[in-house]
Amino acid sequence: MEELLSLFVRSIFIENMALAFFLGMCTFLAISKKVDAALGLGIAVVVVLTITVPVNNVIYTYLLADGALVWAGLPDVDLSFLGLISYIGVIAAIVQIMEMVLDKYFPPLYNALGVFLPLITVNCAIMGAALFMVERDYNLVESTVFGAGSGVGWALAITALAGIREKMKYSDVPDGLKGLGITFITVGLMSLGFMSFGGIDL
Amino acid sequence: MSLRKILDGMEPHFHKGGKWESWYALYEAVDTVFYKPSDVTKTTAHVRDGIDLKRMMITVWLCAFPAMFFGMYNTGLQANIVLADMGMAGVEGWRGALAAMLTAHDASSIWDNMILGALYFLPVYLTVFVVGGFWEVLFAMKRGHEVNEGFFVTSILFALILPPSIPLWQAALGISFGVVIGKEVFGGTGKNFLNPALTGRAFLFFAYPGAMSGDAVWTAVDGYTGATALSIASSQGIDALAQQITWFDAFFGTVQGSMGETSTLAIFIGGAILLATGIASLRIVIGVFLGMTVTSLLLNAIGSDTNPMFALPFYWHLVIGGFAFGMIFMATDPVSASMTNKGKWIYGALIGFMVVLIRVVNPAFPEGMMLAILFANLFAPLIDHFVVQSNIKRRLARV
Repeated sequence: MEELLSLFVRSIFIENMALAFFLGMCTFLAISKKVDAALGLGIAVVVVLTITVPVNNVIYTYLLADGALVWAGLPDVDLSFLGLISYIGVIAAIVQIMEMVLDKYFPPLYNALGVFLPLITVNCAIMGAALFMVERDYNLVESTVFGAGSGVGWALAITALAGIREKMKYSDVPDGLKGLGITFITVGLMSLGFMSFGGIDL
Repeated sequence: MSLRKILDGMEPHFHKGGKWESWYALYEAVDTVFYKPSDVTKTTAHVRDGIDLKRMMITVWLCAFPAMFFGMYNTGLQANIVLADMGMAGVEGWRGALAAMLTAHDASSIWDNMILGALYFLPVYLTVFVVGGFWEVLFAMKRGHEVNEGFFVTSILFALILPPSIPLWQAALGISFGVVIGKEVFGGTGKNFLNPALTGRAFLFFAYPGAMSGDAVWTAVDGYTGATALSIASSQGIDALAQQITWFDAFFGTVQGSMGETSTLAIFIGGAILLATGIASLRIVIGVFLGMTVTSLLLNAIGSDTNPMFALPFYWHLVIGGFAFGMIFMATDPVSASMTNKGKWIYGALIGFMVVLIRVVNPAFPEGMMLAILFANLFAPLIDHFVVQSNIKRRLARV
């Protein structure tokens, strides 16, 4: 139990997807103008990650890993080269389903997220979490916790960035840096603040 | 001829089309140091008050003086004690040559300590001031905003949180990063979201860890290693610390550390003025203190067999390291802190919580004040956002 808790905390703060690994940057930079939209997207990412990482874990353990097909009588088959395409397929399917659910039950959020909801499919944070899960040999419970933690960390980072960018409406940024340029600098400075967790060994 | 007339006589040259047009920012800065600017708010609702941003910043600057003078004394004191212990005649380099001309190395003489400390602090401060001032004026001239006394504050605070042995070129680099990336790219004072002095220091901390942390940098004598109170506490525990220094040593500040951060007493003297004049927010200061106290009491109660920092009581957290300095001068920076009243409490408590957490749980950094404040700076706008939203919601419910 304690181990799971420390995995959760570590994936939120120390190994923050956005500010320590710089994954999922495209949506991170694009949807961070308004706190409400950022929060909505953050929650969507939490949900997608919490579902896709364990599902991918199941697929990896029982279908793809070296010797995983032993239950089907094929102990020598190693399908792990199909990993990337299977994870992407799973993620795309789950995002599709989520989009339909949001469209039906939360239209304002659906409209606020617009094209970026389908784009979660190719959000590198989500793919990254699936790959980290494989690389670090998480089991089913661990990968659920890891997925939820990574999602919460990413959501926290994008909401904080949106808060800062809302405040920066009053800034007087040089012309050449307006828009994305200053946002890159902001994200760099934010990751300096998140360095406070670097080195914690849980 | 009065000063006012001289300034008025020069003024047309600085206006649009005058021969010194691009230097207007500098003229304006000199003018408003001596005289109150005549601009008033043009729209209807405003409060009449003699204090403006300039006077406010100058007050902070003056309030940092007790910490600065004590810092000079203490830098000299620590160096002289070590010199006597090691049997050395003086420090090396040009500082040693100057010190030999001006003073002896007697640790019991306030004068000797003061002069030696000044030989370390003043060059650093001068470098920081000149280099940072250069960027400030350059941006003011090119971007057409005013040169602001906010820079006086940034420069003195930045110099005070450097270790005495810092090479001058690093001080220059740090303040350049702090002023340009931390502040000026966002449009100058009031438009940034991180504290510029801390941004510069964090940059140096991660870029040159050898010159900014460890045990060798806190005394102005080459080749001497002396641990700060915090690193003694984190490696050997509170009992070992209490044997080497008393609580009152740490409170008065005659211990190792960054130049201006050691004396809690001197910092509180400046802090009392800031709080009395309302320049520093009392809510933030109390928030930081409460956050720190509650977190450290909690960690005391949890306890740990392997990590002696868990047992460090809150009154020690208060006096060692940069806690007092950060609480009074850095956390209360009105630009990077939360703006709403309720937000200030939360923001302060977040800093207090984070500083204890970093000090105790993170083995990589013995000191956490700098990173805790930077971390809270990131969330200050978000805290404000949610406080405002909840206020709106509450009032809507009343309608």
